Amino acid sequence: MTDTAEPRAAGSRLVLPAYERPVGLHPPRDDPGYRSTALRHPAEPLVLLPHRLTEVTGPALGSSRVTAADADLTRRHAGEPLGQRIIVHGRVLDSDRRAVPDTLVEVWQANAAGRYRHQVDQWPAPLDPNFDGLGRVVTDSSGRYSFTTIQPGAYPWKNHHNAWRPAHIHFSLFGRAFTQRLVTQMYFPGDPLQPYDPIMNSIPDPKARQRLVARFDLDRTEPDWALAYHFDIVLRGREATPFEEPVEGRDDDDE
Amino acid sequence: MSEPTGSTSFGFDLDGSRIPLTPSQTVGPYLAIGLTWNDGEEVVPAGTEGEIRVGGLLTDGEGVPIPDGLVETWQADPEGRFDHPDDPRGAARASVTGFRGFGRSQTVNGGHWQVRTVKPGPLPTPDGDTEAPHLDVSVFARGMLDRVVTRIYFPEDSEAHTADPVLQSVDVHRRPTLIATRVDGGYRFDIRLQGEGETVFFDL
Repeated sequence: MTDTAEPRAAGSRLVLPAYERPVGLHPPRDDPGYRSTALRHPAEPLVLLPHRLTEVTGPALGSSRVTAADADLTRRHAGEPLGQRIIVHGRVLDSDRRAVPDTLVEVWQANAAGRYRHQVDQWPAPLDPNFDGLGRVVTDSSGRYSFTTIQPGAYPWKNHHNAWRPAHIHFSLFGRAFTQRLVTQMYFPGDPLQPYDPIMNSIPDPKARQRLVARFDLDRTEPDWALAYHFDIVLRGREATPFEEPVEGRDDDDE
Repeated sequence: MSEPTGSTSFGFDLDGSRIPLTPSQTVGPYLAIGLTWNDGEEVVPAGTEGEIRVGGLLTDGEGVPIPDGLVETWQADPEGRFDHPDDPRGAARASVTGFRGFGRSQTVNGGHWQVRTVKPGPLPTPDGDTEAPHLDVSVFARGMLDRVVTRIYFPEDSEAHTADPVLQSVDVHRRPTLIATRVDGGYRFDIRLQGEGETVFFDL
């Protein structure tokens, strides 16, 4: 359409970025291996939502929500938590290699014994009075983040007989647009539980699964203090041709 | 802007193509540890002129309330503006003091969620259409490997809905699931993940 008679469109036309639409990347919302998905996934086909103003914008949740202390999960109490001290760091980028600066990263995890400080988690592993398992950081101007914590433990869950979650840290990210919002989990290299985990293996592409496994980073270890892991997070980038939009929205039932 | 300096730093092959994306995983049952904000439900501060409560019940495929979910909202201000650099009309300071645009509510109260906000304005589109006032919504929960996304529209805008390109792309019989109902102090919007009256969810 080129009609500019509409007052709202008078002057210059809106040109919006459009974000890429990954195919086959994320886990299917209905995954038989992860039983709880059965009643918690839409049965109807999704309807295509073009990327317009609400989708290409997002909240600016920068440093106002975070204190320096939030980047060290080992210093939230008078004593130190038990466990292997680690530094987790990396960059938040989009798939065009652009850094995502000033964006809020929220993390949470179990303690060294594999127990969460949450009323629902009642398995017989000890709580640690010096560990809450909560951290928040904001990326710097290069998209870098870093926090200090302890290595989380594995823990059992009720998905199937003798089911155990591999050690992981939960990550929540906003990026710069509603389209980029992402919640994921970071895993640790060499964890023998990973091949048996329905949640990790819900990701269809084995290579994509491995992108959730952090890399041991000798260069960032601190001698006589902490081990280190590197974990980059890549959010959806922009389409090369931001002008193109689907003409009509009825292309939602083609799968 | 700094650029990635080489493939060895990132574990990716920087050959000019896109770098591969990070896949989604569930928030799991313990999201409250990491995602609780004391002011999460306050898109606007208490006492804001024109404030409304928008909320409802999150249910699963058997109609059972989901008490371990998280509902997030994102919206324009009452003038239809965003304080964001990618709004080509220019980032605009919100017309409402303390307006955050973003709300976050855990469904710990028997599956209920709610936010305190103000009604957004309509929005122009690149095609010259006008989108009726709406909130974008993300839902996360244990048992959800990826978020689902929906929109909340307002019942008094039925005329604007006939011109809204997103609503018009939805099957007419399912459209009502995207329209909140008026209740005392605001609007009710139930989110049914599956089954009878399943909410329309979008491929974002």
